Amino acid sequence: MSPTGSHPPMFQATARVRRKQLAERAAQWFFGFMAAALIVPLVAIIAYLVVKAWPSLSWEFLVTNPRGGGVRGGIWSALVGTVYLVVFSLCVSAPIGVLAAVYLNEYARDNWFTRTVNLAVVNLAGVPSIVHGLFGVGAFVYALHFGRSIISASLTLAIMTLPVIIASTKEALAAVPMAFREACWNVGASRWQTIRGVVLPNSISGILTGVILQVSRTAGETAPIMLTGVTIYKAFDGGGFFLYAPTEQCMALSMHLYYIATQASGAAPSLPYAIAVVLLALVLLVNAVSIVLRVYLRSHKKW
Amino acid sequence: MVTPMAAPKRIEIQDLRLSYGGREVLHGITLDVEANEILAIIGPAQSGKTSLLRCMNRMIDVIPEARVSGTVKVDGVDVRSIRNVCELRRKIGMVAPLPVGLPLSIYDNVAFAPMQAGVTGTAELDVLVERCLRRAALWDEVKDRLRTLGSKLSGGQQQRLTIARALSHQPEILCLDEFSIAIDPITTARIEDVLRELRSEMTVVMVTNLVQQARRLADRTAFLLNGDLIEIGPTEAVFSDRPARRETYDYVQGLFG
Repeated sequence: MSPTGSHPPMFQATARVRRKQLAERAAQWFFGFMAAALIVPLVAIIAYLVVKAWPSLSWEFLVTNPRGGGVRGGIWSALVGTVYLVVFSLCVSAPIGVLAAVYLNEYARDNWFTRTVNLAVVNLAGVPSIVHGLFGVGAFVYALHFGRSIISASLTLAIMTLPVIIASTKEALAAVPMAFREACWNVGASRWQTIRGVVLPNSISGILTGVILQVSRTAGETAPIMLTGVTIYKAFDGGGFFLYAPTEQCMALSMHLYYIATQASGAAPSLPYAIAVVLLALVLLVNAVSIVLRVYLRSHKKW
Repeated sequence: MVTPMAAPKRIEIQDLRLSYGGREVLHGITLDVEANEILAIIGPAQSGKTSLLRCMNRMIDVIPEARVSGTVKVDGVDVRSIRNVCELRRKIGMVAPLPVGLPLSIYDNVAFAPMQAGVTGTAELDVLVERCLRRAALWDEVKDRLRTLGSKLSGGQQQRLTIARALSHQPEILCLDEFSIAIDPITTARIEDVLRELRSEMTVVMVTNLVQQARRLADRTAFLLNGDLIEIGPTEAVFSDRPARRETYDYVQGLFG
């Protein structure tokens, strides 16, 4: 082709190129705006809550127990109750969920059994939390005679988080390339040797992130626990961390917030907002831990 | 009738058929691999070369839709009757066509298999790792950084690492699937020399797209086309002006199609 004649000079924008550039910019700004818009609700929620809660917020509020039916005093026993519920439920759901996911992703062949289990996982994840609560009442409170207790509530929460942990763990395992497994099998390594030597070390960050994110979900749930083991008020004399026995009922932040905001009379107007701030802070703290952990483990990622 | 004393057979494949979800890709392959020979398998893409290798160490098992019929015997034992498939895979070193550096250190990439098989002595492992890396023509490039990640090596280096790993469990049969795609000609020549030496202690089956490589290296050559074994014979015969089949001549002379 000759550079002379009717050809335009090289590298000079034609009308078509200019249109393309315009569309490119528009798309970039549009998508960027949508991404930035995500920040707005979060900042708005936090700002609104903190402003409204300001009169009640103090260190004292955090570390003293509620008094007078919950409308006076602080929030300590509810915070501790939430921590108990989260820790106990994750102690059950994390090992079972992770091990089940390892089986499903690494061992299971595609047969009717595996398909049934996968179907069960998907459907369990879709069950509304209030239904989980009712199930917990029937199964743990009555059938297994655990009564309304931390055990019953934690087990109910565990069943609720189990399918999500299985799903996130399976995803983390599936992100390890198949070629690594085949390379191990080719040199005569067994499935377990392959899992321990190559698959788990390279998926542990994803697995842990998935598990930790369930903490925030568990901490925020109200429906399943109010039926199975959470009480609206319990008076304590002392403080400390070991307030409850596992067979007792406990208070919890989410339930406390619901009760103070809708049922209790005589509470300071800023009190429900203060409870919400503590709950939100707990969740954000856990998320921050998971981010730090992920960044740390990613920096050790090996391919 | 007296048959001449043949070399002992390491692998005997009898009427091997393989299909993936109803699509048959190997249509009844029958061939033997003799002890201490280099057998080259050549043929265009989609002719079933890789699938054939996978049937030998039962890596075909991990493909759910694969159906195998016929027999593959390794040292006289039908591979499908073997319960401890890890033992079979340790007996057969397999170099996969795509280089894979495991996300472990270079040292551990090679030491992985012997460690899993129970070798624990550091000195013993050191010797083994060095020998395997030398044989794969990689030692000089990595000897000062054995603790760095094998998955961060270049493509050609990862391919040689794959070869070192396949040698690490001291196999009796070595299967190489396109071992030199990402390796320069000079290094390839070094590895080819090693393969010639290895022939005294193991049997080598190599799949290659480089027909000249088969010609240089192999004692016998098998030509696969669309899942059929067209011809197997001494390499000189296959590459001669008069191989048994016309297709073979066309393929090795580059007249195909």
